[in-house]
Amino acid sequence: MSKYDELIVELAPRKFQRYGKIWTTGLIIVVILGIIAYIDQIIKGQEVTNMRDYVLWGVYISNFVFFVAISFVGSLGAAILRLTKKAWRTPLVRIAEIIAFAAIIMAGITIILDMGRPDRLLNLFIHGRLQSPITWDVIIITTYIAISLLILFIPLLPDLAILSKYFEGKTWLSKWYGFFSLKWTGSKKQWEIQSKSIQIVAVLIIPVALILQTVDAWLFSTTYRIGWDSTNFGPYFIAGAFVVGTGGLISVMYVLRKAYHLENHITNMHFDKMGRLLVFACLVYLYFNINEYLLPAFTAPKAETEHLDELFTGLYAPLFWFVTIGGLILPILILIFPKGRKPLPLFIIALLVVVTSWWKRYLIVVPSLLHPFMPMQGVPESWHSYFPSLHEWAIVSGTLAMALLIITILVRYLPIIPIYRTAKEQGILETDKEGQL
Amino acid sequence: MKKEKGLSKQDSGRRKFLKMGIFASGAAVTAVGLNVFADDKTTGKKVKVMTTDGKTVEVDSGSLEKESCCNSHAVSNEEAREGMPGKKFVMVVDLSRCRNALKCQDSCNKNHFITGHNAWLKVYNMRESADTAPYWMPMMCQHCDEPACVTVCPVDATFKRRDGIVLIDNERCIGCRFCMAACPYSTRIFNWSEPDQKAAMEAADHSPKYSPEHAGSPSIKGTVDKCDFCPHMTRQGKLPHCVSACPNDVFLYGDAYEDTVTNGSGQSYRLSKLLEDKAGYRYLDRLGTHPSVYYLPPAERSDDFVDGLENYTEFESVRKPE
Repeated sequence: MSKYDELIVELAPRKFQRYGKIWTTGLIIVVILGIIAYIDQIIKGQEVTNMRDYVLWGVYISNFVFFVAISFVGSLGAAILRLTKKAWRTPLVRIAEIIAFAAIIMAGITIILDMGRPDRLLNLFIHGRLQSPITWDVIIITTYIAISLLILFIPLLPDLAILSKYFEGKTWLSKWYGFFSLKWTGSKKQWEIQSKSIQIVAVLIIPVALILQTVDAWLFSTTYRIGWDSTNFGPYFIAGAFVVGTGGLISVMYVLRKAYHLENHITNMHFDKMGRLLVFACLVYLYFNINEYLLPAFTAPKAETEHLDELFTGLYAPLFWFVTIGGLILPILILIFPKGRKPLPLFIIALLVVVTSWWKRYLIVVPSLLHPFMPMQGVPESWHSYFPSLHEWAIVSGTLAMALLIITILVRYLPIIPIYRTAKEQGILETDKEGQL
Repeated sequence: MKKEKGLSKQDSGRRKFLKMGIFASGAAVTAVGLNVFADDKTTGKKVKVMTTDGKTVEVDSGSLEKESCCNSHAVSNEEAREGMPGKKFVMVVDLSRCRNALKCQDSCNKNHFITGHNAWLKVYNMRESADTAPYWMPMMCQHCDEPACVTVCPVDATFKRRDGIVLIDNERCIGCRFCMAACPYSTRIFNWSEPDQKAAMEAADHSPKYSPEHAGSPSIKGTVDKCDFCPHMTRQGKLPHCVSACPNDVFLYGDAYEDTVTNGSGQSYRLSKLLEDKAGYRYLDRLGTHPSVYYLPPAERSDDFVDGLENYTEFESVRKPE
């Protein structure tokens, strides 16, 4: 067997072993529980949540913001790495694109879960008004879904052709790969079209991703609410997305390296480089956090002081400091040392970053709603506070499991390390006389 | 009796039944839904009703104007969105007279069939700082001229009319609650579950028919409700429920173009003079929302603040039937 064939065997999608099956079954169960909870919410109304007239947005919206955020580096990082032609990117780009795609699809679904009348979804298109930030969000999310699908799909074409050939015995798999490879033969003309398309999409996704994060921030900063009404919010959200995206990518690449024994492809060097990227992202985010929390503490009017006090020393202080120290300060302190950027410690830090980033969105959404301009009066006492209900936890867990399930399915059927490109870089590519695969 | 000043000719036909001039006339001292002069419909059947000052009286059922009267006047959705031409509805709330009697809230809850846990009109126990005296502050939708809620609504479900009223089309609302996040006055409430309005509507002999002009009739699950400034009453030449229910004449309602506001006792005032004499202000005006509701400061108060505490319930604004 030639080196090229060996590489294909190594990188071609494989059936799940025991752990893969358990993992997938577990995810499916969580998704089903989430769907059951959602159906119950449809029947009974959002009374089953712990949201009420003061905390009118809760964990659904913070989870939505989390998905939007994590979809960021998946694509932007990939696009930048592509455009800067960094060769070390090859084994990481596709993983990033898969995460981005799964996350943005789930962001779109999550926002619907929060709607009181999901049956009227089409009103957004029938009666849509351009002045509403939600309309901007609808436009930018659908655009981002399309672009992140394209940036995942177009570079896949040569690999799909290779896999169609590789699975020739198993007719249905081979047929599907053949179908999606769009009759890829590797002719010069096809290469030209493909590289031009990738170039266009990679350039396009950068402004779209920046707008996506910014519009997401504007959902909050276009209101008068204390803690949201901030001109800092757009870049603050972009920086936060940079952090959680990098953290998400590191976590997934570590798991895949372990599960598929990809140590030859995803090396310590990759972890080191991603670790540096994460430190950089955290430093930028720290800067914006100081702008967002420390600066207002100097000039804040009474109401804002109350809000900040609640975060610094009050009810939300444990969560706030967990998120700030665990998600920002600790990663910076550990990852500036080369030892901290070894795969295992980096993986643990990256997981911590993802978890704290999820709670960070919760802290952005919920405490502000508990500080309205009017005093909270005339409503049941339970409306004065918020913690997600069982239904909300089930539905949110369902969306997170669904995102992981999409990633899992894509990983099962797509070559996570680009085969063609890797072969070319290693100089072991085999083509026939016409240069075709 | 009816003053129809300032009307253009082409408008007057439509305007006739608005009977807006009745505000300016002293004869508008009508009790809620009572028409004691309609002697031609005597049925001999007596019914008990509650008057504005909370007394229960027995009257002939024929003299009652059905609450569902508004349904017969119900305007088309287009008209409800357009509003009444040549009008600019405003309200004045005299904080010096409010003693938290809560008749406004009761009447509002009753006539809008509010059965949830959060009233559209709330009387806040307000205190700016430790150095200032507390006071009672009725707060309802401020019908802003720069409504933050309307700006953010993605589907034009909440809209601003030419007569200044901000309404919600509950048959279009998608329940995203962005308007609630945007409103600095916390006056919007959400129907978290299927509203249980059957008993309330039966008690009022009201048959539900949806119109944005009569919010809450019925309320719709998964959509947002709020104070509608009672255009269903205005169209009949009547004052909003809270205004006529208030025993203390805290509320005044009228047309800014006519520069006239009328209180529940039927006394009319020049709006501009009232605001100037009593230093009227608009709440959170610094935000640029330009509310249609003016407040007169709680100076030279008619009652002691403490007396209002008797009615004050921190955790309840919609009284539940026992």
